[in-house]
Parts: sequence; structure tokens; C-alpha cells
Amino acid sequence: MNYDLLITGLIIVAQILAVVVPVLISVAFLVYAERKVLALIQLRRGPNIVGPFGILQSFADALKLITKENIIPSGSNKIVFILAPIITMVLSLAGWAVIPFAPGWVVSDINVGIMYLFAVSSLGVYGIIMAGWASNSQYPFLGALRSAAQMVSYEVSIGFVIITVLLCVGSLNLSKIVLAQQTVWFAIPLLPMFIIFFISALAETNRLPFDLPEDESTLVAGFFTEYSSASFVLFFLGEYASMILMSSMTVILFLGGWLPPFDVYPLNVVPGVIWFTVKVIFILFLFIWVRGTFPRYRYDQLMRLGWKVFLPFSLFWVVATSGFLVYFDMLPN
Amino acid sequence: MVLYSLTFYLFSSVAVLSALMVISAKNPVHSVLFLILSFVNASGLFVLLGAEFLAMILVVVYVGAVAVLFLFVVMMLDINFVKLREGFLQYLPFGALLGIVLVIELGILFLTDRSSNIYNNQTPLQPIVSEVENTKMIGQILYTEYFYLFQICGIILLVAMIGSITLTLRDKGGVKRQNIDSQNTVDASTAIEKKKVKIGEGI
Repeated sequence: MNYDLLITGLIIVAQILAVVVPVLISVAFLVYAERKVLALIQLRRGPNIVGPFGILQSFADALKLITKENIIPSGSNKIVFILAPIITMVLSLAGWAVIPFAPGWVVSDINVGIMYLFAVSSLGVYGIIMAGWASNSQYPFLGALRSAAQMVSYEVSIGFVIITVLLCVGSLNLSKIVLAQQTVWFAIPLLPMFIIFFISALAETNRLPFDLPEDESTLVAGFFTEYSSASFVLFFLGEYASMILMSSMTVILFLGGWLPPFDVYPLNVVPGVIWFTVKVIFILFLFIWVRGTFPRYRYDQLMRLGWKVFLPFSLFWVVATSGFLVYFDMLPN
Repeated sequence: MVLYSLTFYLFSSVAVLSALMVISAKNPVHSVLFLILSFVNASGLFVLLGAEFLAMILVVVYVGAVAVLFLFVVMMLDINFVKLREGFLQYLPFGALLGIVLVIELGILFLTDRSSNIYNNQTPLQPIVSEVENTKMIGQILYTEYFYLFQICGIILLVAMIGSITLTLRDKGGVKRQNIDSQNTVDASTAIEKKKVKIGEGI
């Protein structure tokens, strides 16, 4: 038995747990925060029974759901039906492998970090398509078809936004992207791209106002209509974990990751991970705020926005940014 | 090194097995799902070779976009499975011929002396360890040496794109489209029309 191999393996497992467990706990509190913020927007009190200020509500809900019976429809394609929520959950956690929380706080500091994140988030659609198809029922199937078209459309503009940022950084490594923002956060020079990225992130995570795949007013619950109990919990966790992942991606690309807003005394002694968390919470608050205030888009409006507004605009910005960088000789090496 | 070979055999065996399942699965949707699994494993092999950029591009382009649309189409098709199996024996000789040609070609590749490679004297199938990220290396060679070929590829894709759009685009009459600009420019003077209605009569 080779002990070095065993120790390396244990360290890898410990690192994975050190990332996954806080993510899952923050999912629980994000659900609670969402319900509280929505309640405040709608002048209600929100969850306030379980624990102080209702803070343990999500744990109670999770326990309730898991202890219920898991129903697999008899007409469904069983293997794919069970695989779909697992894939959603695994993919939403897989992206965290490359997220740098603070200098050096990253499980795997790969050279193509941003490409990896982009790939993982584009794979997220498979959980939804498989769920919709395997359910063998009309509403989930419609939800799956909507989701497939929607996510492919918005990925294109996300890709162009990422290219614009990469032009200013000169590397695909996430830590280098953060370090390139030491003088100024990219949200300031690339403000329009920041807005496009945020809106596309809403579409990519199937959040309101783009939650057409699960549109409850027309599709019951969309792609997870047939899901119950633990498999529903996996979808739910997956959706919120990928929401946090997209927020972290926004923070890394545009809001300077772990960097303080100004490199001055009281601000730069605060640990980087706290800045990172504060910024992620801010973006998540925007997600919830948007949910509380905007009506849902109609499907043709969604497609129009993606293909006729965002795509030409982001394409123009890629060309404009590269032209600017070349003309003023500011290209990074 | 043991770990490296183990991961290699894991990725390659899953890739080969899922490729087999693509052609033998009864349900076409399952075939597409196995195809996706095969793509993902192929990208794992690229990572092992040290070509992480190619691996990620494979996932983003083939798995994230092409296979999604492929799955989309296959799910919506109403395929008759019995009819699909009918021509199996009829096509078997042709398929076998293709397979044999491929095996012979691969065999020739293995038997020839690899050092007389037409591109350069580097031995293939060897990860190139260097300080330069391979994203940069690809960029440096693609936009200098192969610049014109790269542009021609782009133009071919553009032609294919415009061609498929013109083939599928047809303007059916009577489709109501939302004109957002005209909606936004509506004000009281254009939206409301005042009419004097005579008492006892309608408009």
C-alpha cells in the first residue's frame, strides 16, 4: 500500500468537502433569504416559525421532502428519470472546483478555468432535457424544449462577454482574471457587458423573469412536474447551487473577486474570502430583487432579446474592445 | 504514473463502450446520450494529453451546443423502431466495408515509421511540456501560419449558415409580429381616437 497516494487522496477529498459543504449550507440560507426578501417586497412576514426568525425553515423543508415517498411514474424512462436530477446536482457542484475564493484558496487552479466554468454551465441543460423527456408527459417535455432553446441562445452572448473580459486579461485562469482587476474592476470599463452578463446569467439559471422552463402559470411546474421527494430536492439544490455559481462567476469576471474596492488601510486588512462572500451575496440579492419586481417574459420576447439584442450588441463590444486595445497598444501579454 | 494510466484506461474504456452503445442502443435518445458520454470521455483524454483548451472546446461546442440540438431533434422525431431495424442486413456489407477500410488505414499508420512525419520531426502522441499555456500556443500557430486556412474555414461556416437560413426561412402571410418600437412610441394622440357618437346609434 502506497501511503503517499492515500494521503493525496484524503487531501483531495477534504478539499472537495471544504468547498461542497459550505456551498450546500449557503444554498439552505439562500432559500431562506429569498423567501424573506420576497416577503419584505410583498409586505409579508415570510417564514418565522422554525427556529429564531424562521432561520431553520429550509432545513425543515428539506427533511420534510426527503421523508416523503419518491414516486417514479410508470410510463417514464426510469434510468434517465433518476439520472436527470443527479446530473443537475453534480454539474452545479462541479463548477466550484475552479472558483478562487481568496488568493490560493482554490481546489484546482487550472489554466482554462473560465472555459471549464463555461463548459459546466452549458452542460446544465442536460439535466433539464433528460428530466423532461424521461417523464414522458406533456408539460415536462414542453419545459425541456423551452429550456434547450433558451440556454443555447443565451450561452452565445455569455461566450462573447467572456471573450471581452479575456481580451483585457490575456489569460483564461480565474485567479489571473481577478488579479488583472487590481487597478479597476471590469464592471466599470465594461459596464454594458456586465449588465448583459447578469441578464444572461438569469436566463442561464432559469430564474425569473426567464423561468419559462418551469413557468407555473402555463406548464404546472415545467420540467420537474413529475418529480417528488429526494429527486425534487436534488433539482432544487442544483438550481440554487448553480445560481450561487453564476453569481461567483459574475463577481470574478466583473467585480474583482476577492479584491477590496480600494486598496487602502481599513479595507485591505479584511480577508479576501469575506470580500468575495459579500459581493456574491450582493449579486444574489439582485437575483431575488429581479424575481420580486419583474413580470415573466413571453417566449418570443425571450428569443428576441437573446438573438436580436444581446448577440449583436455583445459582438459589437468584442470588436470595439479589441479595436480599442490594439489602437492604444494596451493588449496584455 | 499508476494513477495516470488508471485514469487513461477509465476514460478510454468508457469512451469505447459508450461508442458501442451509440450504435447498439434500441432507443435513439439513449444513443444520443451515450454519444454525449463518449464526447465527455474524449475530452477527459485530451486533458490527460495536456491539451486542456481542446478538451474544454470539445465540451463547450460538441456537448454544450451541437449535442443539445441533436437531442432536441431526436426527441421530437416520431421514429418507428421496427422499421429502423429492417434494413440492417441490407446495409451490413457496406458498413463492414467502411470498418475494414478504417482498420487498414489505422494499421498502415501504426506500421509506418513515425519519425518521418510530414509536419515536423516531433514524435506525436507525446504531451509537450512547456511553460507557455497551450491556449496561447494554439493562438500563435492558428493566427500566423494557418491564418488563411482559418479564415477560409470561417467563410465556409458563414456560407453554410446563410444557406441553411435561406432554405428554412419562409415568410408566411398573416403572422402577427410584435413591433416593440411602435409599441413604445404610442402616446395618447395615436392610441386614442375621439368620436362623436350620436345618441341612439352606435359607431
